[in-house]
Parts: sequence; structure tokens; C-alpha cells
Amino acid sequence: MAFLTDRKRASGMGSAKSGTHHFWSMKVSSVALLFLVPMFILTFGGILGSNYAEVMAYFARPFPAIVAALTILVGFKHFNDGAQVLIEDYVHGFMQKILIILLTCLSYGAAAVGIFAIAKLAL
Amino acid sequence: MADVNRGNRPLSPHLSIYRPQLTSMTSILTRITGNAMLVTSLLIVWWFLAAATSESYFAVADGFLTSWFGDLVLFLSLWGMWYHTLAGLRHLIWDNAIGLEINTAEKMGYAVIGGSILVTLITVIII
Repeated sequence: MAFLTDRKRASGMGSAKSGTHHFWSMKVSSVALLFLVPMFILTFGGILGSNYAEVMAYFARPFPAIVAALTILVGFKHFNDGAQVLIEDYVHGFMQKILIILLTCLSYGAAAVGIFAIAKLAL
Repeated sequence: MADVNRGNRPLSPHLSIYRPQLTSMTSILTRITGNAMLVTSLLIVWWFLAAATSESYFAVADGFLTSWFGDLVLFLSLWGMWYHTLAGLRHLIWDNAIGLEINTAEKMGYAVIGGSILVTLITVIII
């Protein structure tokens, strides 16, 4: 096996069938965020600075709560995909795998905390 | 494995001898603003968690976010968010093989920088 090049070992095996998947995920989430982000900035930015009772009442309404939950969900998915490329560009080998796993835990963890909190406020 | 010389070849693109270009600067700024947004996102998640926990905990998180330092972080994030959004829009346009000529790409680069500052100021006035 030592005489085989990387090219030779890949040749004839066909494509991995997932070449554009990451690109497409980024594209879908970025188009979604194009709409979600302005709505989130206006709703969250509008209520930030109000007192506790006003914040509780505001996120008990469906629109601000759904916008906030969707923005956090799609935003952290988009962040996860984007930051993964950042890691892949600058870190290689074993450390790359470790960082991508930690990144994924952070992204989904933070999204879960955010959505749980909003659900609790809303319900 | 088989390519024994891998890692021992001249490196490209020799960042240190390049003159900074608008296209490369706007590109790296997109990455920086996008990833820096993690800090703000975590602060906002913390704010929601605090609101869902108790009134006294909310006062802590809300006090931080509405302090002068929180204001500064959120203001810079607001610009970063708009910059990243407009730069992302430019990428969505580029994906259709439109606007890739250097002239057009640079014009859109100026539009992204100017537009992000303009929209940030408008947002600050509205909210």
C-alpha cells in the first residue's frame, strides 16, 4: 500500500455523493437568515431595555417568540457550518476533528438552551 | 502518505508580500464578523435563559447587556451583523456567476461597507 498515491486510491471509487451538501446547507440557512435576522433585530432590539414584566409579556406573544426561536436555531446551524470551514482552513489532523466536535457541541448546546428558554417564556 | 514531499513545498499565497485589496479585505471581514457573532449570540442566549429562570437573574443579565459596555458590544455586533448579511447577499449573487468581474466586485464591496454603516445607523434610530 505504501506505493499507492492518494490519487490512485481514490480513482475509480466514484464520488462521495455529498460534495455540494455543505454548500447547499449554507445557502439555505443564509437565505432564511436574510429574512429572520432583520425581524429578530427589530423585535429583540425593540424590547431590550424594558423591564422584566414587559419582557415576559412580549415573548408570551407568538410572533416575537417564534422569530427569536427560529433565528437562534437557524443562526447556530449556520454558525456551526461556517465555523467548521474556519477550522478546516486553519487547523489540520487530529486537532481539527477535536475542534469540530467541540464546535458542534457548542452550537447545538447553545441553540438548545436558547430555544428552551424562549419556550419557557412563551408558554 | 505516499506524497512524501507534502508539507515541505513553497507556500502560497505569500500573504505578507501582497498589497491589501478591497476584495480580500471584505472577504476576511465577512469571516471575522460571522465568527465574532458567537459572542453576541451567547450573550443573547444567556439573556433569554436568565429571563426564563427568575426576575433577579434577569436583572443580572439585563443589567450587563444594557450597561455602557453591553451597549458598545451590541452596537458593534449590530454593524457586524449587517455587514455579514450584506456580504452574504453578495455571495448569493456571486453564486449565480453574476458580478464576479473585479470592477463589479469592488463596487459591491464598497456598497457592502457603506450599506452596513448606513443600515446600522438607521437601525439604531428605529430601536
